[in-house]
Order: sequence, then C-alpha cells, then structure tokens
Amino acid sequence: MTLIRISDDALARACGADALAAAFEKKGCEVHRVSSWGMQWLEPLVEIDGKGFGPATPADVDAILDGSSDLAIGMIEDHPFIASQQRLTFARAGKTRPTSLEDYEATGGWSGLKRARNIGPERIIEEVLHSGLRGRGGAGFPAGIKWRTVAGAAGPQKYIVANADEGDSATFADRMVMEGDPYALIEGMAIAGEAVGADQGYVYLRSEYPDAIAKMNRALALCADIIAPFKCEVRVGAGAYVCGEETSLLNSLEGKRGEVRAKPPLPALEGLFGKPTVVNNILTLAAVPHILGEGGANDYESLGMGRSKGTMPIQLAGNIKHGGLYETAFGITLGELVNDIGGGTQSGRPVKAVQVGGPLGAYLHPDQFDIKFDYEEYTASEALIGHGGITVFDDTADMGGMARFAMEFCAAESCGKCTPCRIGSVRGVEIIDRMRAGRQRDTLEQQPQMHNTPKQDRSAEDEITLLADLCDVMKSSSLCALGGFTPYPVLSAMRHWPEDFSDNPQAVETALERVGQ
Amino acid sequence: MNKTQRLGEIIAEHQTREGPLMPILHDVQAEFGCVDADSEIYIAEALNLSRADVHGVVSFYHDFHQTADPRPEVQICRAESCKARGVEALMEDAQAAAGERVRLSTVYCLGLCSVGPNARIGDDLHARLDADRLKKLIETA
Ligand SMILES: Cc1cc2nc3c(=O)[nH]c(=O)nc-3n(C[C@H](O)[C@H](O)[C@H](O)COP(=O)(O)O)c2cc1C
Ligand code: SF4
Ligand code: FES
Repeated sequence: MTLIRISDDALARACGADALAAAFEKKGCEVHRVSSWGMQWLEPLVEIDGKGFGPATPADVDAILDGSSDLAIGMIEDHPFIASQQRLTFARAGKTRPTSLEDYEATGGWSGLKRARNIGPERIIEEVLHSGLRGRGGAGFPAGIKWRTVAGAAGPQKYIVANADEGDSATFADRMVMEGDPYALIEGMAIAGEAVGADQGYVYLRSEYPDAIAKMNRALALCADIIAPFKCEVRVGAGAYVCGEETSLLNSLEGKRGEVRAKPPLPALEGLFGKPTVVNNILTLAAVPHILGEGGANDYESLGMGRSKGTMPIQLAGNIKHGGLYETAFGITLGELVNDIGGGTQSGRPVKAVQVGGPLGAYLHPDQFDIKFDYEEYTASEALIGHGGITVFDDTADMGGMARFAMEFCAAESCGKCTPCRIGSVRGVEIIDRMRAGRQRDTLEQQPQMHNTPKQDRSAEDEITLLADLCDVMKSSSLCALGGFTPYPVLSAMRHWPEDFSDNPQAVETALERVGQ
Repeated sequence: MNKTQRLGEIIAEHQTREGPLMPILHDVQAEFGCVDADSEIYIAEALNLSRADVHGVVSFYHDFHQTADPRPEVQICRAESCKARGVEALMEDAQAAAGERVRLSTVYCLGLCSVGPNARIGDDLHARLDADRLKKLIETA
C-alpha cells in the first residue's frame, strides 16, 4: 500500500489538506498526517517516498499516484528551500506525526530531559548559558541568566510559563512547534523546571490557534507520566495582543485584566501569583532539548554571529512568492531572505517595503537589504528582529496607510495603563487622517470655547512635526514596548516613503530632523 | 437545566484550579454566547470577588462579550501580512455579502500569514481567499 504523508498543521488544513487526505484514503492509500515542512506556498504538500507534490487538490490525486502529475517538486529534502536551512528547533518538521510518542522517541526525543536529570540544575544552566541562547520572544534576553535568577530565588513554589501568545503578524513558528512538535516544547519546559526547581508549567496559548490548543492538550495528556513530577497545562488567552507581554500575561493567568505591571519586581523573582517564574517564548524553550543533548550547547554556540548565537526560525510572509518557515544561523541578510529564498513578491511587482518583527517592528527599505539578521545590527538601524516575522509589501503598498494602521493597532490593543500609549495612539490615527484628508482642524478644535487651539488650519509641516513629536513622546515614556515601539513602524515609514504622507515630502524630512529622528 | 445550575457546574469544574477566572469565563462565553451581568454577579460571588473585578476582566478581553449576538460570525484577519496580500480590497464586497445577517469581525493574525487573506469561522480556518471564495464563505456561514 502506498504511504502518503500530508501535514495536519493548521495552515495545510486551511488550504484543504483534510479533503486531500480523505481523497488518498479513498484510493486505498495509507495516509500519515505529519508536521509541515514549512514550504507553505506548496501546501497542501503530498509526500510519497520522499518526493513532494504541491500544492495539491483532490483533483490531482490520480495524476500524483500514476506519476504523471506536474506538481512534482522532486525530493523534498533536496529542495533548495529545505536544503539550505540549518534546522535544529525544526529538525523534525515534515518528518514526524506530531502527537506520536513513538515518532518522538525514535527521533531522539526526551534524551535532553534524561541528560538534564542526570547532570542536575547547575550544569543545565551552565550549558544554556554557554549555548548563548537568547529569548526568541522579542527582547533577546539571555535565557540562561533568567533561569539562574529563578533558580537562585527562594521559595518552594516556582513556575515555568511558556509564552504562546504569538500575536505578531507574520509569525507562526510558535504555532508550528505546538502543532508539529509539541513534545519538544514540553521537554524544554520540563528541563527548565528541572533547572530552576519548578514543578508546574503553564502554556499561555492564544485563542486564535484552535488547532494548537487541541494538539497541546492531547500531547500533554499523553506524556504526563514521562515528564512527571513536572506538571503542565494549557491556558487559553482571550484575544488580547498585549497579553504577550510577560507581566500582562501573568496577570491574565491569574484571572485579572491583562494590564502590564511595572518592573521591578522582575517576574523571575515575583512572577505568577508572586512566585519566582520563568517566562520564555515557545521557540526559546523548544531550542532547549537540542542544547541539552550531548554536545548540543557547543553546536549551538558555534552558529550565528556576534552575540546572536545559534539559529533563528525566520518566518517569511506577506506578499512573498515562497512563504514559510526558514530556520538558519544568525547573520543572513534581509536581501537573501526576501529575494533569494523568498523569491521576491508573490505579485511579481517590485518590493517596496519589508516589515521585520511584527506590528512593533520598523519598515525596511530595499536599500537596507544588506542588513544582517542579528539583534545588535537591527537595533543599530532603529529596527528589531522581534519574533523573526518578515512581511513583504509590493509597490502598491500605501505606507501612510500602514503607519496609520500601526497607530490604530496600538489603540485597539493598548492595555490602557499609561497615557502615551492609550491616548497617544488615538491621536496618532487622527493626525495621520488629517494629514491625508486635507489637514482641516477637527470640529472640536474649531469650537469658539476652545481658546487654546490654533486659529488657522495646521500646515502640512505642523501636522508632520506633531506626529514626529508624538512618536518621540510615545517612545520615551511608555511603560512597555507596545506604546514604546509603535513609533518604529511609523517613523521608519515617514523616513523612507515621505511621499506617502504628504504632497510635500521635504516637509516630512525637515520635521523628522527637528525632533532628532 | 437552568442557567444558574449550568453556571454552577462550570464554576465547580474550575474552582479548584489556580487562577480559575479565565477558564470559567471562556466556558461561560462558549455556553451562552456572552458573559452577561447576571453571570458576572454569580461568578463574582462564587470566587469571592467583587462584581467590578469580574466585569473589569470581561470588558478587557476581545473574546468576551456582554450581550449575545445570535448571528453567525466570520472573523477576517486584517493584520499586516494579510493587508500586504490584499485583504482590504475584499472588505467592501464582504460587508455587502454579510449584510445584517452575518457578523463580520476583525481578528489580528491567525498565524497563516503567507497564504492570506484568511478567515476563521468557529474553529475552521480558511486561507487563500479571493473575492468569490470569501463571498461564498460568508453566504454559507
Ligand atoms: C506588546 C508585547 C507583546 C509581546 N508579545 C509576545 C509574544 O506574543 N510572545 C512572546 O514570547 N513574547 C512576547 N513579548 C515579549 C515578552 O514580554 C517576554 O519578553 C518574552 O516572553 C520572554 O521570553 P523570551 O526571553 O524567551 O523571549 C511581547 C512583549 C510586548 C511588549
Ligand atoms: S505602553 Fe500601552 S500596553 Fe504598554 S503598559 Fe502602557 S498602555 Fe499598557
Ligand atoms: S496576518 Fe493574517 S494570518 Fe497572520
């Protein structure tokens, strides 16, 4: 009987994988539902004896089976998109059935945890420190240092919290880990528990990921005995982007409004229910089993550049021809990612802008394509890697509109705790609307009793200066990165595409200079 | 079973967990389509919270609603990657297809960002939407 492998990842399913699998079964084939290789433009991808066919529909089944299909891509492992990657966290992608314990063990699963239990907390932390692993949730904080802090904190009750709130547009690597290799995350959490002395874990999983919720619950039920005495459960978010911020997340887990807490105290010392808590991103935790394997820390440390060690699962999305998951060592340039690997835009038009790092990340211009994927290089360019999501836009994009959206998103998702973010974002939308709609003072400003408002309509320069100024205030005085980083997409869009903001681009440049941006 | 009994069951199921409020609210929302004032009062009493505490949480999260909307719901992703793939150009027709019968709501990212525009109905995800496919989805929702 022919063995067919088709992914049961949410993206493959949304592209019709279930109907395709059923069609193969009807032909008498045995179908294994496996994780996704991450070549998303080819989903649903059919694999027979290592050869791939995609994107396939039930109408293609006969041709695929009799070898006449023109969807053939050859051996999947040899496809340039796969062959050029360095997959550590995603080593099992495409190869195993996600919740099969048999498949997990057969591919080296649990060996990191076994070794961790043998070498004990101090050496675990030493190895994580040595690997150079930094938090993949956005801030890039060294995981080993966080773990050491929690390990050193006093108290019988500590927690491991996996941050699966993945709210950034263009990110789906956490989802792919949870849906494709859930035991890798669980193993990483159990190792973290071993290292810091925590026996309870929570996976805070966004409600927008129904498939991941189901898979994680299933996996946790199946492996409970293996990870014991460590216990772990899934908690579902409720549609708030800001709950990805770690202190907001902890409040939400406690059953409170997801408002950001001021730091200190650090969650490492006073986290969930006031107890010492490790909060790590899914990718951070899922990288750990490999690092704790024999020689894993050395391997990891030997990859990457500067202080960005190891590999990053980069997510290629938006208007891109070859979108998907691309795990590689740090140091790759943006141009390679977008043009060589991604194949340029899906529409075939020129690339206009690339947003890296989700809704709080800067828009980069093709002129900046030689920037290397590295935390420090991005910071130096007023940009951020964030969670490694890349959105490509073609030349039809309206960057003034995208800047407005950045402010609109911030207004919709602000936790409301601090003024620059809660009110500033609303004002930001209004200013951009006025700039684009002919610069009238708003009706409130025109009321006779509003003595302090300007008596004439603002000039283009006035509005732009106001916006640049507002960005400056939000950047410097917001409590967390939602308000604090929303100016990055706005300012970068103004800097690179001033013509999308005003019919007088020169005024935009002057205004940016005036506020030192 | 009346509503109070069902509420009691849901609360009993979660009450002994750490941080029981969010799981309770999720179940109440799923069961009744909303977390209304009566439910808030009942939950508050059971968890020894003030109603203001519970209301504060209900009103904070996009997933919880204070009144039920019986219409079918189609969630459309309008975040950056789906914008880059043209979702905004579909919205006018989508709205027309939805009319008053279907509730169109906005979601920011379903994690399918390379194959947008994308939508979610219940727990089903739909990718690679164009004007026709989206219209059909809405009409059959
Ligand atoms: C507005 C906002 C949203 C965030 N969203 C996420 C998220 O979805 N996932 C995540 O892991 N970290 C997110 N973070 C970062 C977390 O606060 C935190 O730094 C991270 O979870 C720590 O884990 P790491 O060290 O493994 O990266 C967000 C931060 C902010 C300010
Ligand atoms: S910046 Fe925004 S999201 Fe962050 S604490 Fe302030 S109001 Fe809340
Ligand atoms: S941006 Fe639409 S699914 Fe991610």
